[in-house]
Amino acid sequence: MKLPSRNIQFLARDGYRMRRLMDAARILPVIGLVLLLLPLMRQDSGTDSPPTASEAVYLFVVWIGLVVTAFVMSLGLRRTLGPLRPPVGPLPPHQAGGDTPTVPPPDQ
Amino acid sequence: MSFNLLVLTCIAYVIFLFFVASAAERSAQQGRAKWLRSPLVYTLSLSVYCTAWTFYGAVGYAARSGLEFMTIYLGPTLVFAGWWVLLRKLVRIGRENRVTSIADMISARYGKSNLLGVIVTLLCVAAGTPYIALQLQSIALSFTVFVSDQGRAPLAADRNLIAFWVAAGLTFFTIAFGTRNLDANEQHHGVVTAIAVEAVVKLLALIAVGIFVVWFVATGPSDILARIDAQALPEWTIQPGRWTGLILLSAIAIICLPRMFQVTVVENIDDKHLATASWAFPLYLFMISLFVLPIAVVGMELMPEGANPDMFVLTLPLHLGQDGLALLSFLGGFSAATSMVIVASLALATMVSNHIVVPLWLKLRAARNLDTGNMRLLVLSVRRLSISLVLGLGYIYYIISGGSEALAAIGLVAFVGVAQALPALMGALFWRGASRNGAALGLSIGTFLWFYTLFLPSFGPDVLLSAQVMEQGLFGQSWLRPYSLFGLTTLDPLLHALFWSLSLNTLAFCLGSLLSFPSPIERVQGALFVNIFDRPGPARSWTNPVAQAEDLLPMAQRILGASEGQAFFRAQAQAQGKNGFLPDITPEFLQGLELKMSGSVGAATAHAMISQTVGTAVVSVEDLMAVASETAQIIEYSSQLEAKSEELTLTARKLRDANEKLRTLSDQKDAFLSQISHELRTPMTSIRAFSEIMMESDGLSAQEQTHFARIIHDESIRLTRLLDDLLDLSVLEHGQVSLDIRPVNLRDLIDKSLTASKSVQAQRNFRILRSRDPEDVDIVTDPGRLTQVFINILSNARKYCDAADPQMKIIVRQRKSMIEVDFIDNGSGIARDKQALIFEKFSRLTDSLQAGGAGLGLAICREIMNNLGGDIDYVPGQGGAAFRVSLPLVLERPLDAASRSHPGGAG
Repeated sequence: MKLPSRNIQFLARDGYRMRRLMDAARILPVIGLVLLLLPLMRQDSGTDSPPTASEAVYLFVVWIGLVVTAFVMSLGLRRTLGPLRPPVGPLPPHQAGGDTPTVPPPDQ
Repeated sequence: MSFNLLVLTCIAYVIFLFFVASAAERSAQQGRAKWLRSPLVYTLSLSVYCTAWTFYGAVGYAARSGLEFMTIYLGPTLVFAGWWVLLRKLVRIGRENRVTSIADMISARYGKSNLLGVIVTLLCVAAGTPYIALQLQSIALSFTVFVSDQGRAPLAADRNLIAFWVAAGLTFFTIAFGTRNLDANEQHHGVVTAIAVEAVVKLLALIAVGIFVVWFVATGPSDILARIDAQALPEWTIQPGRWTGLILLSAIAIICLPRMFQVTVVENIDDKHLATASWAFPLYLFMISLFVLPIAVVGMELMPEGANPDMFVLTLPLHLGQDGLALLSFLGGFSAATSMVIVASLALATMVSNHIVVPLWLKLRAARNLDTGNMRLLVLSVRRLSISLVLGLGYIYYIISGGSEALAAIGLVAFVGVAQALPALMGALFWRGASRNGAALGLSIGTFLWFYTLFLPSFGPDVLLSAQVMEQGLFGQSWLRPYSLFGLTTLDPLLHALFWSLSLNTLAFCLGSLLSFPSPIERVQGALFVNIFDRPGPARSWTNPVAQAEDLLPMAQRILGASEGQAFFRAQAQAQGKNGFLPDITPEFLQGLELKMSGSVGAATAHAMISQTVGTAVVSVEDLMAVASETAQIIEYSSQLEAKSEELTLTARKLRDANEKLRTLSDQKDAFLSQISHELRTPMTSIRAFSEIMMESDGLSAQEQTHFARIIHDESIRLTRLLDDLLDLSVLEHGQVSLDIRPVNLRDLIDKSLTASKSVQAQRNFRILRSRDPEDVDIVTDPGRLTQVFINILSNARKYCDAADPQMKIIVRQRKSMIEVDFIDNGSGIARDKQALIFEKFSRLTDSLQAGGAGLGLAICREIMNNLGGDIDYVPGQGGAAFRVSLPLVLERPLDAASRSHPGGAG
């Protein structure tokens, strides 16, 4: 039997999609920040009173958009979160043994 | 509303919270509290971020600065929406290392250094105490605002007294539910549940006031939007610097605030909860913020001039005669303040006890050579004392500061303070090269700058920092002015402090890390933290321990409690396959014990305590290298396995081939046995038949007698030849042949062979193609045997070549010390699957009639060639049957029998 290699270069379709979902999860806060900074570039210094109402509507729309996107992503991402090792009690064999070769599942 | 009624309401609410908390604790103890640890409760507990500052202050903030209040919630929204990047790792590390606070996290990462724990603790207490004071103030303020009959209840006007009783009540609640069990990782079910309930109360209260304002005071959302634009002040213009800076600051604060760290990391029990919180917590913040601006705008419109906008949430319903709504709003504010104070004091008390009091106490006892006594009781008492201390400090701060009116300012000051932990924390998570010295340097410089440029000046001139220093700088140096350090004059004080403290902090942290060399434990912990998702378990930091389990058990019992300590030891012993309570003291066991204890007293203290018992057997660079080479060995081992398995596959394939060949040979042997019986029986039958005729028939003519006798003679010769062949083969195979070696010319041998072979099928006329010059080679060999091989090949060709115009090509070439003679005919050759068999004994490709032999010819040829130090091969793809005979130019003798190969060695 050939041991699984640590450096997996190509994935099946499901795994590939999951990796791209993780990428998206990393990109989301960046997109969010850019969208939240847009009002800075809409400041009209000419008028006395700023367009607070429309900016408020814009910001709340972006906000709820972030919530919805994060919700959709979390549905997929939570499947990658396995149960944690029990923190108490006897150590699992791979810790007690020390020399047993263990290959952890690739995380990302 | 009367003061007494309000007090009664508060007490009733607090009793309700007590009931909820103790019910949660009870059902958690009975192990049937699954819903208590649901993602929903986790998300709601995160709402301790929304303090009274949010509840009251955000409206005031919106009234003063417009949309800027949103930044405080947008930063956390981004952090939670991007949970995959940061929070996931933070939470996983926290859980795997049983981290008890942010100070513990930083201390554990940087080599379990208590120095860092102390610095972070002091920083958090300095930033957290004013924040607690702020909550006390907001409760006191809301009391005085709410109570209409102040004349009859002079108590209500005494804010200090109210604040005192609130602080006392909260101390009691926090001690009752926050120090029930010592292990911080066993988590505080009661506290968390009570906070989740409070989260619902404050959200409902704010939404209720919001709905009242939008749909009952105004006529709906569009009306509100119109009113917002009508009320908009020029100051409401979004300032780019503050907008960006505050989003950044609040994003940092949600990670670094001690109370947020407590609920996000320490109280987390499952990664999946974080996945839910990633959208649910931003949604909560969204709902909290949605009605802030409408309430502010309507308040500005309807409330009399000079009313405190920080209290609009409360005063607006009161002003409009909605006492019930106002009471709900009051409870919301009360909830926000109390939940923050409970969690913050719990988190700060854990830090103070684990990083300052307990290590100090241990050191004192050790200095006086005293036994450490019952640690468990001690730690619990210390923690209770610390809670009182933290709340007491908050109260004192409140009294001293005199309750200034603007609630928001001190909140942001605290944010900048805790933000100083960020570089060390990020280094802990993502940079293996981050070192303890760097972290200590960065934290100290950042904390100092925060103190000087923001915290001290925030009290106002001449309180803690003299007006002269504020105006002209320290020692009259204008470039040391707190609000414009190094001549930066255009930034507002908050951004100025954030910029200088955080950037110099980060710079010192990086430089310190780059220039220092971390201790081995730091390096172990660094690798463990940064690669948390790659490693199967905690790294080893104990080697060759010399302690006895008898020494460790009492110590563990003192910290964990007798029954739990014994249970842990027994479980460990069982895991090692032993009975009783005393496991072998292995590095793994110590690791587990340390982890278990660090859940109670923090990583640094746990490590120090075990070191005290075990001695100095901590990890060294050599041990690290050993661990590393262990890993390398595992990798090496697995690659060896891989190579071995490939080798096995190859061998298996060879075996399969050999097996196939054996089966064919066995079939052939069976065929040959029947063949040879047939061969033997045919002459025997005729010999018997003719001899019988001669015996029984008297009247045979002499001619007939001669004829029959000749037949018998011929058949006998045939039998003899068959037996000779077999004998010859046997002799050749066993190396018993005697060779007649002498110099001879190869061309002569070929000539002789050609002539001799002509007698076979003499009617066929072969065209012979040969080049005579290369054939003219003198060789030393056994000419008789070699001629036998040549004749055999040539005869075979005459027998089997099926071409209409048969020809034979003979090519001689010299290769180093070897001579190669190729015999190539133009027939159809030998089928590929038969090529491997032709040299085997007893093999015959066609039926015996045509062959006229027993199928031993080529087998004998191969044996002869082996004896002559050469070989005979079939060369495929030459346009016919092609045999290559190779032999040495000079045959040395005697040839060592052992060096000869026996390809067909079955005989």
